[in-house]
Amino acid sequence: MASIYDYPSQIRRDILRMVHKPQSGHPGGSMGCTEFFTALYFDVLRHNPSAFTMDGRGEDLFFLSNGHISPVLYSTLARSGYFPVSELSTFRLINTRLQGHPTTHDGLPGVRIASGSLGQGLSVAVGAAQAKKLNGDKHLVYTLHGDGELQEGQIWEAAMYAGAKKVDNLIATVDANGQQIDGSTDEVLPMGDLGAKFAAFGWDVMHLEHGNDLDAVRAALREAGTRTGQGKPVVIIMKTAMGHGVDFMAGTHKWHGVAPNDDELARALAQCPETLGDY
Amino acid sequence: MHPYTNQGSQDTRSGFGAGLLELGRSNPHVVALCADLTGSLKMDAFAKEFPERFFQTGIAEAHMMGMAAGLTIGGWIPFTGTFANFSTGRVYDQIRQSIAYSDKNVKICASHAGLTLGEDGATHQILEDIGLMKMLPGMTVIVPADYNQTKAATIALAAHHGPAYLRFGRPKVANFTPADKPFVIGKADVLVEGTDLTIAATGHLVWEALEASNTLAAQGISAEVINFATIKPFDTEALLKSVTKTGRVVTAEEHQRHGGLGDLVAQTLGMHRPAPIEMVAVNDSFGESGTPAQLMDKYGLNAAAIVEAALRVRNR
Ligand SMILES: Cc1ncc(C[n+]2csc(CCOP(=O)(O)OP(=O)(O)O)c2C)c(N)n1
Ligand SMILES: [Mg+2]
Repeated sequence: MASIYDYPSQIRRDILRMVHKPQSGHPGGSMGCTEFFTALYFDVLRHNPSAFTMDGRGEDLFFLSNGHISPVLYSTLARSGYFPVSELSTFRLINTRLQGHPTTHDGLPGVRIASGSLGQGLSVAVGAAQAKKLNGDKHLVYTLHGDGELQEGQIWEAAMYAGAKKVDNLIATVDANGQQIDGSTDEVLPMGDLGAKFAAFGWDVMHLEHGNDLDAVRAALREAGTRTGQGKPVVIIMKTAMGHGVDFMAGTHKWHGVAPNDDELARALAQCPETLGDY
Repeated sequence: MHPYTNQGSQDTRSGFGAGLLELGRSNPHVVALCADLTGSLKMDAFAKEFPERFFQTGIAEAHMMGMAAGLTIGGWIPFTGTFANFSTGRVYDQIRQSIAYSDKNVKICASHAGLTLGEDGATHQILEDIGLMKMLPGMTVIVPADYNQTKAATIALAAHHGPAYLRFGRPKVANFTPADKPFVIGKADVLVEGTDLTIAATGHLVWEALEASNTLAAQGISAEVINFATIKPFDTEALLKSVTKTGRVVTAEEHQRHGGLGDLVAQTLGMHRPAPIEMVAVNDSFGESGTPAQLMDKYGLNAAAIVEAALRVRNR
């Protein structure tokens, strides 16, 4: 039986190898969110990987709004049992179900909405959360967003709605890595106090200082769950390091959307032990 | 002379409102969303009778489209309502990614389409929406002709699985189709049979096409009038059958020439049965303020313009 602590290193290997083969994809944000995905899918989420349904009734749902970090989603879904781990080798290649950005179009189990064009996932999650309420389904809806993504206006339309209409079966997490494509978020467009902004929109705000500490993420997600049902949507502002887990990739926007070359891959994999077997 | 009578002019948006209310009563899975235009969209009766199934999103159309996509996850059938401009151009990427590409069962219901919105002017008069929506893979596009047909199309959409765009308008126009006629998605209706030319019309221009056929008949010209209320999937068979008989076509729509019904007819004929075409449509310009009748006259979108186009196409 695999221990939950075995997953992050293996998922990072998957991410690195997935983007290396097509020399394309987004390793940086994926590696920064590896602990989040591990905590969510292998600990917190009440879900049914062997019998995926689009409607997801009687399950918790997760929506990835920052769809460019598809590698970490795909690795996590495969290692949860949604589809064969061997399929990870097809990422971004012609005829794959593992499209560059996640899609429902090819019937990949585990994906309920297309994402990639940033800023849309929170609205979708609000709709799905309202559907759960209409259905009398007590399960929760989770989302993940990039911090740069929060520059999109639609996020704040959705935030205003969720706060005002008390969508309190919703837990949004922000990958606060402080990086986006053109540089740091402060260089591109400083967003000020994100927690205060969400609070002003009527959200219950949690801050997670160590988003790459698996136990800290698990604890934060558990606590967020206890704060649902109180009349407010919950947001976790989760500090992470882009590219976490490989020293020369960590903490810089340089690895947002660049694949390692052969030499870089070898050096990176040497820092991520093969804990659960490569695909 | 065509056999249709105006049963009393009504706005097509009221047909949508009536259809939605009926759906609320007959289909417990139907929900509705609106972005601060509930009265304009005639959604107030639904909102009042089914408050738990009505979502007021505020003036946030992008969010409304995403939320509608989310509501389908769990089995609900969302109908969104706002003006046609804000239902399409304003939120094209939201529709493209969260609804069309994600194959979500959302019904995008759009009022105040085209010039007949009137005095508000070009900022609100979208004339590109049919083109925008018909380009999206998998999107059903419906443009009913009158109140009765809009009501029937609204009801039909709830039973149809998949993303759809329903376009209707603001002004009171002739209501002439039978009240109890079920709407069949993808089927055009031959309203008047004729032999000399085909008039392919959609939306508010269908009644104008019928009136034009009377004028033409008085001049000894036999026009076949077809109501293409479904733009997509297009009823190719109905068009080809008619043109095989008549050999020439006039298209009529309250939309840009680029991207509208005219384009579609030209493409279809070009591929299957080349024939002369004249298009009654807005020719690459924006609209402006005015009464609906003044605008339709100024931009050449009425029975008189269809007659002129018919005479032109006859001489080609
Ligand atoms: C609407 C939209 N605009 C631009 C892009 C291009 N884009 C992809 S990722 C990205 C940066 C996102 O920053 P952030 O959300 O912080 O993600 P991170 O780089 O931290 O992974 C941009 C601009 C996009 N995908 N969607
Ligand atoms: Mg970032």
